[in-house]
Amino acid sequence: MSILVYAEHDNASIKGATLNTVTAAKAIGGEIHVLVAGQGAQAAADAAARIDGVSKVLLADDAAYGHQLAENVSLLVAELGKGYSHILAPATTNGKNFLPRVAALLDVNQISEITKVVSPDTFERPIYAGNAIATVQSSDSIKVLTVRPTGFDAAAATGGSAAVEGVAISKNAGTSGFVGEALAKSDRPELAGAKIVVSGGRGMQNGDNFKILYALADKLGAAVGASRAAVDAGFVPNDMQVGQTGKVVAPALYVAVGISGAIQHLAGMKDSKVIVAINKDAEAPIFSVADYGIVGDLFDVVPALTALV
Amino acid sequence: MKVLVAVKRVVDANVKVRVKADKTGVELANVKMAMNPFCEIAVEEAVRLKEKGIVTEIVVVTVGPTVAQEQLRTALALGADRAILVEAEDVTPLGVAKVLKAIADIEQPQLVILGKQAIDDDNNQTGQMFAALAGYPQGTFASLVKVEGGKATVTREIDGGHQTVELTLPAVVTTDLRLNEPRYASLPNIMKAKKKPLDIKKPADLGLNLASTLKTLKVEPPAERKAGIKVKTVEELVDKLKNEAKVI
Repeated sequence: MSILVYAEHDNASIKGATLNTVTAAKAIGGEIHVLVAGQGAQAAADAAARIDGVSKVLLADDAAYGHQLAENVSLLVAELGKGYSHILAPATTNGKNFLPRVAALLDVNQISEITKVVSPDTFERPIYAGNAIATVQSSDSIKVLTVRPTGFDAAAATGGSAAVEGVAISKNAGTSGFVGEALAKSDRPELAGAKIVVSGGRGMQNGDNFKILYALADKLGAAVGASRAAVDAGFVPNDMQVGQTGKVVAPALYVAVGISGAIQHLAGMKDSKVIVAINKDAEAPIFSVADYGIVGDLFDVVPALTALV
Repeated sequence: MKVLVAVKRVVDANVKVRVKADKTGVELANVKMAMNPFCEIAVEEAVRLKEKGIVTEIVVVTVGPTVAQEQLRTALALGADRAILVEAEDVTPLGVAKVLKAIADIEQPQLVILGKQAIDDDNNQTGQMFAALAGYPQGTFASLVKVEGGKATVTREIDGGHQTVELTLPAVVTTDLRLNEPRYASLPNIMKAKKKPLDIKKPADLGLNLASTLKTLKVEPPAERKAGIKVKTVEELVDKLKNEAKVI
């Protein structure tokens, strides 16, 4: 068996979700090759070569892959992937975007967001917003899987010394083009990989009030998230959403502030190690999953907490 | 221009699902069913494009059981012009993508709009798979769609922010939550929808065999998380986090 892991990267460095995906590949067992597809991505490929457990890095450096356009990347991965028993990508918005195309091109089913490897052909994945866990077996010749990063520990980013091999396959479907992007710039850690996450919900009342969460987060070195209610109300941008249809996080500490705890939100954070809930409604469902709860006005509790930590 | 919208019948988003005692799946008997919320957004987007005069006909399609006609009627009441039901159950996203490809070959739509994922299986695959089979470009997780001059410009919700791509039609769009806010069907439109055409087909009519290579061995409830304690003061909370949980 040999496994192809698609690397999530920004051409200069490897994103954390790639490391969790390598761990999933190790659980399957077999030789692990990492594909870095991008433009000017030598540095990312060199970083991938240092990941523990990786035996080879394939670098497809081409303008067609510069913005990770699914139409182009999927053609590359489908061609390269034919020689592998498994093709894995992190379940990031990028992985979710292109990998189903690869599966369709190979005429195999995809298993999305696996959280556990039971055996090389059998995997666990959450369904119904995490309210049920399905164990799924695939008889496809090539298993195509997205990996939920919170389901697996990160592989060590150093210790490996794989060879980097260039791949001269240029695939441009010619049907799509990159126009632009607006990425939030923040000095805080990324939501998906943060050790501590502070999230606000409808109880924050408006976007301006989120500043008390930013103050707490900065003291804790935490990322800031939000419930769907807070995003839908326009308090904060969509990329901060934690939940079934937003980001799934599992930090060591999750602080839910003014969040009632809808199923949709719980699906995105209930695997956190320690959960703290701050809510004025003692009956809020968030308390049923919280290790520590405080019933009180968040506008008193949060500043007091910030002062003490 | 013709638009094809794919919808799915799923457990209503407000129902708390329970795993069956025999672990073969979740309990669906006597549970309220509805159109997948992301599919409602897809229908709404198509209707808005028609109201703007960009789209001339909306064909809605579903792959599902006979009763999935209810969701097609809902889509017709919201503004779709005609509907196609392909009768089949337990079809994987790849199977649905193959059905959509066969329908698209007949209908020749310029735009195909789907929800980004269904809230039952949470797969997030069908739109992308169909796009690959048809050789169409895709704008997934869309929060803004503009159609003009043979192109669709789609703003997508991605990790860390937004990305905008330009797609040559025909193209696929999958909807994210913030693309639009779906309308409710009015009573007169619900009545009118009953007279709109609804075509029923079998996969075999389209030359398809949808046998799956995936087998669900079991479905279990997730590990329960126990409720912890309520603390009285912020000082107590900080003490617990530092000395008991040791996370700060």
